[in-house]
Amino acid sequence: MALFRNENIQMIDRYRWWEIIGIYAGIALFLFFLLAPFIEGFIVSLRPLSQLFTSPYSFIPENGSFAAYAGVFERLPYFLRFVFNSFLISTVVTIVVLLLVVPSAYAFARFNFRGMGLVLGCFLAVSMFSGAVLLIPLFRLMRTMGVLNTYWAMIIPGVAFLIPSAIWLLRTYMARIPLELNEAAYMDGASQFYTFRRVILPIASPGIIVVAIVTFIGAYSQQFVFALTFNSKTEYMPLPIGLFAFFGKQEVIWNELMAAAFMGIMPAVVIIFFLQRHLVGGLTAGAIKQ
Amino acid sequence: MIRNRSSMIFAWALLAPAIIYVTIIVAWPLVETFRLSFTDASLKKVTNYVGWRNYTKIFNDTFLTVILRTFTWTFFSVLLKMVIGTCGAVLLNAAVPGRHLFRILTMPPWIVPMAIGIFMWGWMYNGQFGMISGLLQRFGLVDGPVAFLAYGTSAYWATIITDVWIGVPMVTIYFLAAIQSIPKDLYEAAWTDGAGRWMRFRRITLPLMAPAIITMSMLSLIATFNSFDIIWILTRGGPSGQTTTMIIDTYQTAIGSKKYGEGAARAVVICIFLSLFCIAYFRITRRLQTIGGKE
Repeated sequence: MALFRNENIQMIDRYRWWEIIGIYAGIALFLFFLLAPFIEGFIVSLRPLSQLFTSPYSFIPENGSFAAYAGVFERLPYFLRFVFNSFLISTVVTIVVLLLVVPSAYAFARFNFRGMGLVLGCFLAVSMFSGAVLLIPLFRLMRTMGVLNTYWAMIIPGVAFLIPSAIWLLRTYMARIPLELNEAAYMDGASQFYTFRRVILPIASPGIIVVAIVTFIGAYSQQFVFALTFNSKTEYMPLPIGLFAFFGKQEVIWNELMAAAFMGIMPAVVIIFFLQRHLVGGLTAGAIKQ
Repeated sequence: MIRNRSSMIFAWALLAPAIIYVTIIVAWPLVETFRLSFTDASLKKVTNYVGWRNYTKIFNDTFLTVILRTFTWTFFSVLLKMVIGTCGAVLLNAAVPGRHLFRILTMPPWIVPMAIGIFMWGWMYNGQFGMISGLLQRFGLVDGPVAFLAYGTSAYWATIITDVWIGVPMVTIYFLAAIQSIPKDLYEAAWTDGAGRWMRFRRITLPLMAPAIITMSMLSLIATFNSFDIIWILTRGGPSGQTTTMIIDTYQTAIGSKKYGEGAARAVVICIFLSLFCIAYFRITRRLQTIGGKE
């Protein structure tokens, strides 16, 4: 039977020549939409500024060079600091989220007491409110805490809005760990905390890694509104805000802006591409469950 | 499930840090927003309660236009995300060489900092030198340069397209996962019965993807409704307020003009809409779980 089945699947998946052309054309169009801004940005970064403002439009840069990449460091003395800030903020956010989320995801996955469903619902509801709606009281809160214009002004609110999705993802993962493990540990006289730390955490670590990656991407890619509103010190700005200042000027130095954008995102993109295999698997696992 | 007294205490102890954190950083500001919406809070030292004045003040013509615009903007954006996401997922699911690479290539808009992707779109929309205007001119579709962000209608659609661009990768990957979880036997049976590719898509793939599409469109609806960065960076709500959505309007009132009270009233209106979406979302997902019986 199994043999036939494979043959059938292969037959189903066999395309005629025009179907293959159609599929590739569709994929090409789809990817062009998603990648066009990067292609365009890269071309812009290679052009000298004088040549940027020429019509008619041409794709290929004449006498293109990487001069703009060097120019970034002169014009934006804080450039590397911005890149570092972005990483620092995202890393701290990820660590704090994990510290808060790992225990609560376990609680949601393993225990079922009156009121827990309600608490879970409230957590999910939190993710529906964006930070932009709550800016005014958050601003006052940050001021009262005395953290305005520090890294914490960007980290503290960032964490709160990433908790819900992290709980959701990790809870699904942890719910799949067999209950027998808890029972066996109980029989051997392990305390609840010991079971959590020594039995559950090691088994859940692949799931925790996925949640860490997703949280890091969230923290890294959505740095904008808190950093825009709660921090005005150049030395603490994350990359997007640092470049936004560059972008808002009357005369935008486009080629350097693009060069800065590419250099700035490169480290994160490389890291994430190495991790993407875990990522797709993890998202899929969490997604299907919903 | 484990139920006894000591484990109950343990469970709540595990939950406590996250609950306390979210209460201070989200729940309290939410309550505070409601309180502020009844005051004339601003940069002045003294704050007075003004009753419903902030609310009566905002319900004028421009605000109703802004609400309507927010809804149409969100609707078109979510619709396009779902359509393009479905097409993308079906294409990436096709068993052709190179599909693993193609799947990776869909991810950049999602993992790159949003603001940076938006800067690049800012250049694309540039009339004189941007790619879109340039290509349109090359192909003779328009006569002269088109500055997309300078006119109300084109700026409206330009911001939608950028929002779609940011949302599509996540939607596509999620839908791809949903398609791949459909049992192969169904396709096999349909194929044996002579169902063509389109028939199999319409009668198997689409119905079985429906729960994923509904879930994702609700999540996407909420995210899009909250969208701030794209419009703020590309147009700041302009030209002459024609891309101002409720979030942008709230930000301009509260942070731009420092009218905290009026801004808070606007934020409350947004929160009411979001709560309605939220309730709808929970209702729908619960119903899907009972019908679909999916894990």
